[in-house]
Amino acid sequence: MLLWTTIKLALRSMLANKLRAILTMLGMIIGVAAVVAMMALGNGVRQSILNRISRMGKNTIMIFPHSPTIPPVLNGQPLPLTLGDARSILGIRGVKRVSPVVAQFEPVKWEADFTRCNVIGIAPTWLKIHNFQIQNGRNINDFDVRDLASVAVIGPETASRLFGSMDPLGRKITVGTVRFQVIGVLVAKGRQGWYDPDNQILIPYTTAMTDLFGRTVALNNISIQVDHMADLQRVQIACEHRLRQRHDLIAGDTDDFWISNQIRIIQIANRIGGTITWFLGSVAGIALLVGGIGIMNIMLVTVTERTREIGIRKAIGARQRDILRQFLVEAALISLLGGLIGAGAGVVVSHYVHIPRWHTPGRVEPSMVLLALSISAAIGIFFGYYPARRAARLNPIEALRHE
Amino acid sequence: MTDQPDHADDHVIQAYGLEKRYSIGDSEVRALDAVSVQVRRGEMLAITGPSGSGKSTLMNILGCLDSPDAGTYLLDGDDVAKLSGDRLAAIRNRKIGFVFQNFNLLPRLSALENVELPLLYSAHRDAKTVARKALESVGLGNRLHHETNQLSGGQLQRVAIARAMVTNPAIILADEPTGNLDSHAGGEIMELFHSLNAQGRTIIIVTHDPSVARHCRGEVRISDGKIVATVRHNPVARAGAAEASLNGHGDVEAEVLGSRF
Repeated sequence: MLLWTTIKLALRSMLANKLRAILTMLGMIIGVAAVVAMMALGNGVRQSILNRISRMGKNTIMIFPHSPTIPPVLNGQPLPLTLGDARSILGIRGVKRVSPVVAQFEPVKWEADFTRCNVIGIAPTWLKIHNFQIQNGRNINDFDVRDLASVAVIGPETASRLFGSMDPLGRKITVGTVRFQVIGVLVAKGRQGWYDPDNQILIPYTTAMTDLFGRTVALNNISIQVDHMADLQRVQIACEHRLRQRHDLIAGDTDDFWISNQIRIIQIANRIGGTITWFLGSVAGIALLVGGIGIMNIMLVTVTERTREIGIRKAIGARQRDILRQFLVEAALISLLGGLIGAGAGVVVSHYVHIPRWHTPGRVEPSMVLLALSISAAIGIFFGYYPARRAARLNPIEALRHE
Repeated sequence: MTDQPDHADDHVIQAYGLEKRYSIGDSEVRALDAVSVQVRRGEMLAITGPSGSGKSTLMNILGCLDSPDAGTYLLDGDDVAKLSGDRLAAIRNRKIGFVFQNFNLLPRLSALENVELPLLYSAHRDAKTVARKALESVGLGNRLHHETNQLSGGQLQRVAIARAMVTNPAIILADEPTGNLDSHAGGEIMELFHSLNAQGRTIIIVTHDPSVARHCRGEVRISDGKIVATVRHNPVARAGAAEASLNGHGDVEAEVLGSRF
């Protein structure tokens, strides 16, 4: 019997039992909708992590001093990162911008208002490297750096904590013991978990090192931006090479600094996001399993109810595989139809659910819908097989006698 | 028992020494005990016997719904006694047309779709046309698209007969075909069988109703799993000239093996 004829037949028997077909489908609808919505949610989280990462700057490399918890294995002493190190990076081909960074938590005062926040000493390039913009006022410039000017660019959150709704530009704030004039306010970026880029104070690195922190050598990190993403790996290797030379490291020494580039961070974020997506999807997949069992249940009832029909079909020449196929197609069709409706529902639902505080709606990929549909068809066939085989193996004489 | 030369080619059914045993608890029941039947092409034969006599078992075996435990069975020249499962299904599809007491049509399908069904299982190319012709030949050309719940008992049995003959089978096997019909409708169905037989179709009717058996030219009586008698009837007069010309050509041989006589 042609497959199309079988499909028509299956549709017909579903139509004859509409309520039952719909109830059976409901299991699949809920299951597939849950899988699609949950995977979309996970994907939304992944996307939002990636967005946050790229908001922190494109094609960036950061060099940190050696980690205190994992000390380097050296013949000599580990060296701190210095301005000389930062300057040497500038000569590497493909490097676009470099900024030395010194940072420290400091009390900040304005009149009676008081807060603590991260105070970062930077070069003017730092804002571009990390994708910050000025909403009001100006950036720190090369003259500020040269003259050790006491000027500060502050985050919008810092501004509102200190000044409320007042215009912060031109006002003098006290950072530690030094008075700074506010020359600019950053555009808000939103919290990044442990680090709030909207609550920080940026000052020239020269001023920070000489007047404020009292450290004239050690940098907290060196921020680097390269021209093209394709250069990231090569530039990273070149930086490592150069710093090893400058730090007089010999073969056998481990690096007394560490370099993180954005590609690795993105890879890790992608992996975490992917894990979340699959985890949520698998939990929702349990609903699909339950739906599949529902299909098996109904198909068993259907086979019993239609025993006589099976007997008739066998008497007029249906082979085992004809009967098997008929019931398999019916189960698969119920499942697939439920899957289609469920996928649609899942797409709709994923627009409305989100993880609290992430504020990211789910993002449906076509591959998720495809996956959910193929899983639902597979479930139909898997759970439909046993009832269908039972139908196919019925003894025609007994089936014909069945009332 | 025949006065004509016996050509094996003329026999659509050649069954020898069919045996079928069932065990019920500890005891074994011989549903068929060394039954041999030969039926000529174009015959119209009744198999009769009381319930429990083994006639249903014989019908199931002749209809390839069941296999004998022992014996040989040639249907239209094919040895089908040892076949099983799908091979038997294919034989049922091509060589046998069933007509049942309770019609056994599929609900929710139209008359035409019911008749098409055997053709669909053999992937026939022109199922619709052939099925329509079969329905027209049983006088239901104006009921093609009626569903089974819109047809009378007599009409349902006509649809069933159309379905039985649509594949042009070697035999039509009818199990109490008039059992669920009133005498008028039953009479019409028997007439239909006669006219099909007159066109050369081989028809075997399993019945316990003597009046139905008398419509047939030959009758094989079964009791306790054995053939106890073979009887020849005068063909029904109203079947007319066509019947007469076939008379003497169709014949029954039934050997009585291990009988009590």
